[in-house]
Amino acid sequence: MTPLLSVRDIEKRYGARIGCTGVSFDLFPGEVMGIVGESGSGKSTLLSCLAGHMAPDAGQVIFATRDRGPVDTVTMSEPARRMLARTDWAFVHQNPRDGLRMGVSAGGNVGERLMAVGGRHYGTIRETATDWLARVEIAADRIDDRPSQFSGGMQQRLQIARNLVTGPRLVFMDEPTGGLDVSVQARLLDLLRGLVRRLGLSAIVVTHDLAVVRLLADRLMVMKGGRVVETGLTDQVLDDPQHGYTQLLVSSVLQV
Amino acid sequence: MTDDYNFAYLDEETKRMIRRAILKGVAIPGYQVPFASREMPMPYGWGTGGVQVTAACLTPEDRLKVIDQGADDTTNAVSIRKFFHRTAGVDTTEATAEATIIQTRHRIPETPLAEGQILVFQVPIPEPLRFLEPRETETRKMHELEEYGLMHVKLYEDIARHGRIATAYAYPVLVEDRYVMDPSPIPKFDNPKLDDNPAILLFGAGREQRIYALPPYTKVVSLDFEDHPFEPSKADHDCDLCGASDTYLDEVITDDRGGRMFVCSDTDHCRTRRAAGHAGRLGAVA
Ligand SMILES: Nc1ncnc2c1ncn2[C@@H]1O[C@H](COP(=O)(O)OP(=O)(O)OP(=O)(O)O)[C@@H](O)[C@H]1O
Ligand SMILES: [Mg+2]
Repeated sequence: MTPLLSVRDIEKRYGARIGCTGVSFDLFPGEVMGIVGESGSGKSTLLSCLAGHMAPDAGQVIFATRDRGPVDTVTMSEPARRMLARTDWAFVHQNPRDGLRMGVSAGGNVGERLMAVGGRHYGTIRETATDWLARVEIAADRIDDRPSQFSGGMQQRLQIARNLVTGPRLVFMDEPTGGLDVSVQARLLDLLRGLVRRLGLSAIVVTHDLAVVRLLADRLMVMKGGRVVETGLTDQVLDDPQHGYTQLLVSSVLQV
Repeated sequence: MTDDYNFAYLDEETKRMIRRAILKGVAIPGYQVPFASREMPMPYGWGTGGVQVTAACLTPEDRLKVIDQGADDTTNAVSIRKFFHRTAGVDTTEATAEATIIQTRHRIPETPLAEGQILVFQVPIPEPLRFLEPRETETRKMHELEEYGLMHVKLYEDIARHGRIATAYAYPVLVEDRYVMDPSPIPKFDNPKLDDNPAILLFGAGREQRIYALPPYTKVVSLDFEDHPFEPSKADHDCDLCGASDTYLDEVITDDRGGRMFVCSDTDHCRTRRAAGHAGRLGAVA
């Protein structure tokens, strides 16, 4: 099977400081990769490089496009990359404010990507938006409300609907449950897991929270100081950590 | 009086700079060209962008008409007309057909324009995407890459809230299948006049320092949805003075007991029709 995403020797520096370095991995269709590590370990930097929000200083990010096969998204033209970003990719931000248009209704937020790829039938757009709101458990009668009238958990679910409406194949998530109450987190995780499994999505999920990766991720990468220090199947890494740092990470969670 | 100023107020170097921007705008219909807007002896909001464009286009042989909301006699229109009469010594007129340059705020004249005429629009906010995307870097990128989905989000919001596209002014258009453009706050009733117009249409935004243009016979399409097509709307009345049924009307309150009348917003057009013997509900009260 060809990987959906092949990451090779990605490096990003902020001046002399290392953001991340030497990161390589393959992600196969339908697979969810978790990235864990302490604050400042380079998770967000890596994700930004993979999703094209930031240009890495070195390395390749090869994505299996629908029409042209494997293409390095680092060197592809900006229009092509932005087109990918609103069709085949999705990005769920930790803070829903970064991923939503707060001045636009829930329906408009979900419909935006449809209109961005040429949707010009209001009735169809609205119908699709209603359907997606239902899938993320937002009542149909909230479709004309603005996100600012939603709770944090609802905003996050709206962000997910807005991202998935165009049927992307790869979802990037940066701390999707961060900043939410524990019970709200659980519900969101449950929903995310259901969507990922049902739609056969591939995803890369960055998180502090080992419970999140335990539930969502097939495989795990552990980062420290900008480098990947351990990688493997999620259960394996969590139940039998090899690297000293991973052991520390796992045990510190168990103490909570 | 004219001796105190360079012809049409602006110095020649500034006019050259503005003409370059205009030419670029004409070469790329609908594209917003940045220019170094000058201080004008009037506040922003009084059409300083339009005034600079007009100044750069004027020649001594020109005949200038200035309208504000369709009328030649409002303070704004009168003061701009006086300004150019004083600084350029050009003839002025209120007759659309006789003018070679028309500066306008909020209207396109009812009398069809002809080849050789220039219509200069005063523009407050040139960026049609500004409403939903405040970042200038991002809107510029959207134009560059033709990422215009956001424009339809604005129309979607309109329909969701009002049941129809309620945008009545500054209704966005697509120019030559390429650039989305704000036509300035003209009523959408005037939008169809933008399409395939024989005149040169120039747009000047002073505070925002942008010039854009529609050369003669440019394709201009108002954005819409398949199931909510664009409709150029007007009040469902005839003009009470000249009886015209196909013009844009202003509603005028006539007394404090709820009396009102509908009259052409284009005063020159209305007057011309009445002079030709047309009369509306309130007769020839002119
Ligand atoms: N814009 C920036 N300028 C300079 N240094 C930065 C910048 N962004 C991140 N860094 C540095 O790069 C390293 C990795 O940061 P990054 O934000 O990727 O970590 P993270 O694992 O996402 O952390 P967190 O869990 O706190 O979100 C850190 O040393 C950080 O200080
Ligand atoms: Mg981070």
